[in-house]
Amino acid sequence: MKGANMNRQLDIEMETGLRFFGKMTASISHEIKNVMAIINETAGLLEDYSLMAEKGMPIDPTRLKIVSERVSGQIKRANGIAKNLNNLAHSVDEFNKSVDLGEALALAVGLAQRLADMRSVTLELQPPSDFPTVITSPFHLQNLIWQMLDFAMDISGDAKVIGLTLGTATGSVEIRFTGLEGLKDPPETEFPTKRETSLLEMLGATINQDVKAGEMHLVLPRDVHQQLTDNG
Amino acid sequence: MEKVLLVDDEKEFLEIMAERMSARDMDVTTTTSPKDALKKAQDESYDAIILDLMMPEMDGLETLKELKKKNPDLQVILLTGHATVQKGVEAMKLGATDLLEKPADLKVLTEKIKKAHTRKMVLVQKKAEEKIRHILAEKGW
Repeated sequence: MKGANMNRQLDIEMETGLRFFGKMTASISHEIKNVMAIINETAGLLEDYSLMAEKGMPIDPTRLKIVSERVSGQIKRANGIAKNLNNLAHSVDEFNKSVDLGEALALAVGLAQRLADMRSVTLELQPPSDFPTVITSPFHLQNLIWQMLDFAMDISGDAKVIGLTLGTATGSVEIRFTGLEGLKDPPETEFPTKRETSLLEMLGATINQDVKAGEMHLVLPRDVHQQLTDNG
Repeated sequence: MEKVLLVDDEKEFLEIMAERMSARDMDVTTTTSPKDALKKAQDESYDAIILDLMMPEMDGLETLKELKKKNPDLQVILLTGHATVQKGVEAMKLGATDLLEKPADLKVLTEKIKKAHTRKMVLVQKKAEEKIRHILAEKGW
């Protein structure tokens, strides 16, 4: 029985991880396609201008400047997207390392941005006054933050703005999700589910819900390895 | 002159496409909002509507459904970042004229718009002929 439960647990962990990776990379590929479409049309526009110039029509230099700025802007955008993908890919290099939570949240927001836009939800990352670090699994942390954002987007209420901040206490760090106007007690949909519970166990973390304030807090230990050892 | 409505949440994409298509003698209107597109389609007669599949507020297929509900003869060409056979079949079942993958070749898109314009003219003519037939039958001439 114990063995069967363990196998089911591993299946949940594997499925959760793979689905998260698939969702993020699919979203990134869509974004890259949009960037390529704009650059493609911009190249076509330059071709149009050169054909017009061949026919003796004057080309306003301002228009060429606008085109050039457009391309630069899209390259910058693509660079940001590629950085996010790279950071996500490298999050599986180690499963127990020091993670700057400011950077981790910035990556989480970067990865979720397009998906939030699709749901007309704004993600507001409030920069922390200091940058706490935790020793944890970067990939599983990203996965859990995404699961919480996904749930939060459904309960963001009419304002559709989710705030993300960091808070610290002795031995732990909190990631706070605010603006959850639709948070109810008891909740309308189950959260955390087996998927999130499995991630919480891996990270030695807990989720607290403050219905009155419309907030969820993800409480992370400063050192997951130490936490799991202490808990036996 | 073909009259076209472009619907995409990428404002820059719309601006460039509109400039290029206008240079090819098309009358182009743009919007980043699917809901605004529905209103425009109701107020104006377009030869073709070019619609992005993935948009916030309302996705392309949902928008297509609503457009076809109001005007079943509307010619709608979908643009997607990832065209699959499944998506293509779903789009055609909902009455899309075509499905193209981004980045789309403007020459190909222009051809499809011209065909949509011709199709629309044929449908308009058919409807006019039916109306005349109906009147003749009613009057017993």
